[in-house]
Amino acid sequence: MSAIFFLIGCSVFIALIFLAAFFWANKTGQHEDTYTPSVRILFDDEVAQDTDCGPSNEHRQSAPAAREQTRS
Amino acid sequence: MSTTVNTATALTCYHCGDHAYTEDYRQDGHYFCCLGCKTVYEVLHSHNLQHYYRYNTHPGSSQRGQASRSDYLDEPAIADTLIDFKNETVTVVTFYVPAIHCSSCIWLLEHLYKLHPSIVSSQSDFMKKQVSITFQQEQLSLRQLVALLTRIGYEPKITLQDVVKAGKKLDQHSLVAKIAVAGFCFGNSMMLSFPEYFGMASFEVKYAVFFGWMNLAFCLPVLLYSARGYFRSAWQSLQQRQLNLDVPLALGIAVLFIRTASEVLSGSGPGFADTLCGLVFFILVGRWVQARTYHHISFERDYRSYFPVAVTRITGQTERPVPIADLQVGDRILIRNNEIIPADAILLKGHAALDFSFVTGESEPVQKTQGDVIYAGGRQTADAIELEITKPVSQSYLTRLWNNSGDVTEKEFHTFSNTVSRYFTPVLIFIAVIAAAFWLYQGDSGRAWGAFTAVLIIACPCALALSSPFTLSAALSIFDKNRYYVKSTGMIERMAAVDTLVFDKTGTISSPAAAAMRFNGELTTDERGMVASVCRNSVHPLSREIVKWLRVIEFKPVSAYSEQAGKGMMARLGGDSLRIGSADFVGASLRPDTVTGSQVFVAINGVVKGFFSVDQPWREGLTDMLTEFQPDYSLHLVSGDRDRSLPVLQRLFPPGATLLFNQMPDEKRNYIQQLQQRTKQVCMLGDGLNDAGALKQADFGIAVSDDINNFSPGCDAILDGRSFIKLPRFFQFAKDAVRIIHCSFGISLSYNVVGLSFAVLGTMSPLFAAVLMPLSTVTIIGFTTIATHCYAVKRQLN
Repeated sequence: MSAIFFLIGCSVFIALIFLAAFFWANKTGQHEDTYTPSVRILFDDEVAQDTDCGPSNEHRQSAPAAREQTRS
Repeated sequence: MSTTVNTATALTCYHCGDHAYTEDYRQDGHYFCCLGCKTVYEVLHSHNLQHYYRYNTHPGSSQRGQASRSDYLDEPAIADTLIDFKNETVTVVTFYVPAIHCSSCIWLLEHLYKLHPSIVSSQSDFMKKQVSITFQQEQLSLRQLVALLTRIGYEPKITLQDVVKAGKKLDQHSLVAKIAVAGFCFGNSMMLSFPEYFGMASFEVKYAVFFGWMNLAFCLPVLLYSARGYFRSAWQSLQQRQLNLDVPLALGIAVLFIRTASEVLSGSGPGFADTLCGLVFFILVGRWVQARTYHHISFERDYRSYFPVAVTRITGQTERPVPIADLQVGDRILIRNNEIIPADAILLKGHAALDFSFVTGESEPVQKTQGDVIYAGGRQTADAIELEITKPVSQSYLTRLWNNSGDVTEKEFHTFSNTVSRYFTPVLIFIAVIAAAFWLYQGDSGRAWGAFTAVLIIACPCALALSSPFTLSAALSIFDKNRYYVKSTGMIERMAAVDTLVFDKTGTISSPAAAAMRFNGELTTDERGMVASVCRNSVHPLSREIVKWLRVIEFKPVSAYSEQAGKGMMARLGGDSLRIGSADFVGASLRPDTVTGSQVFVAINGVVKGFFSVDQPWREGLTDMLTEFQPDYSLHLVSGDRDRSLPVLQRLFPPGATLLFNQMPDEKRNYIQQLQQRTKQVCMLGDGLNDAGALKQADFGIAVSDDINNFSPGCDAILDGRSFIKLPRFFQFAKDAVRIIHCSFGISLSYNVVGLSFAVLGTMSPLFAAVLMPLSTVTIIGFTTIATHCYAVKRQLN
């Protein structure tokens, strides 16, 4: 029955990981805007048929990568 | 295709959905109301951004408005104050864009990289109406970026007192972290308490000791970190010899911990760890709900957000924009049409027609000639003028006006929970002491300690602490839905206490946008164009209204134009001569009997064609609203305007209302003060800077605004002009909210009585506390939420 000490230790440890994850999410501002992402996810991917799209694609980094860069 | 679609009446602008009056603006089979909208469409189309029109029909905003100047953005000193971050290659800037209103806006603003290769990325925040843009400053300057946004119809709003920057200051991070810690400990300690509640066999006792110690360990972060604020607040309150609601809460938390620690350390029982963690968790959630604020609306705006960011200074032959804080006495500045005078100055060149309605309440433009002193705050309505500054911005009339209004003493108001808590704590301690004394007298000291602590634990006003936040927060979101934005939850109680209403006139009960114009007579399309072309030359507000009303897009060249102040104007267009103005001026013999507003007569080639009549632009439903207020509130009107509309207002206001005119800003404030001295709870409704002092002085200040993103003076609530008619219902609803708080207090009190009857006997078990506390909390949250929405339905505010 001493396994119960081990199991409780494990469960508290895992809960602590989730708590840490929450702190991280809170600190990086993931709770600041709770509406826009819900709209953003519904936008369609664009059809790649148009070739005259301009030179912008090369310059463009993915949005999260660019944000990460600016934060550091 | 049916022919009816092509008639002028059925045309709507593909971009903004406005009525298109002409078929001239046409592209790809779509019609547009103006060149602006068409340009936006073309820009988007050429960059392969037509998706914009796919997510919503008519997603754009009307482009007929005038874009403001942005040349000052080239000044590094000004630009640096606006940007968030800058390194060698990229700049990050966050703009406040009021035009954001639909998913298409989000889509377009996040695809800006398609419009310009130098834009690296952009991210929008819909609720705050902000867009954060990362761009390479080598190829794209801040000014060009603003110009680009303006070109696609998303002009950023840039003021000195930036909403974006202000919004960043307030953060709830530490509160959220405290809630997270308390929630974490609550969950774990509850899990560890369950075995005790379900009963353990004798061979499991070693676990009970372990669980007890674990529980105690979970209590520590809650006590030392999450609940810290309550101890501090309770201590401060005791130092000020007051008893706020945090005193019994802190007392309850402390007693819970002491009893848990002593039981665990002595091995005499399981303690109340889960009750302690749960209590702190719930009251912190209540505090979080209470601290709800609006990110996108600023209630603390001052003259700085009214003024432009920069003005054009003339040094020798060069014109250069400077930040207004850098303006010095003796500087020559250039003020163009529609710009605001930033400091007291002398007019050097040009003809000034200044709209001071925002500052003084006077609705007609003030005419000034060379050498006249001009006070800050006026908006130039004629051509560009040159001024010499006589006083620094910080000492000008307008700024003084503002600063004078700032020294109002802190308004004292006792919220319901404040009043209750003054009696709550003494009664609580009295019961606890009596119970302890009784058991001591019986010679049962163990039970005396048990009863004493149990009373303080069970009567801990958790449910009471939650009833106000949850009710008021629900009420706040109801108001929000009805375009009425109250600064904080605490303000609703203040609003409910109001018994006197003071209205401002210009901009508050009258609305410039609501001016109802009619033309009595007949005008052909050609003649409409002629009239508009002539009126366009005049700065008189009525002429401007006429031009707006006629909605003519093509103007004709006008010759021999002359204007006689107070009478009218005449001009020639090709072979026709026009006279527009008063009846005498154009030679009209007919005089309409029903004189309610202004009339402007039109004569073409000596033939009187008819007249424009403007009804007084009172807000819709004003009389009904005032009548609705009449039985319960005393009504007052203080206007900065002259009393020319007194007869009309006497008819509009119910008998018994006080109407005052020619009131200076200070007099308005003093009037409020006088009412307050007669122990009235005064609510002031105003819109302009001239009401700023009165709004601050009043117990509850409401700023009425037709566009909540525009400037409004500091206040407790902002009311969208469209919801003006709902005002009586808002006040009733605020009273309902207070009633709900009273009821929920009754409910929580009855829980306390049940709990106390067990507590005084010294027989309260941890399980009993662990069930009663969350149960009462859930009851209160459920009751307040449901009751608030029921009342909202009753008041038709849902």
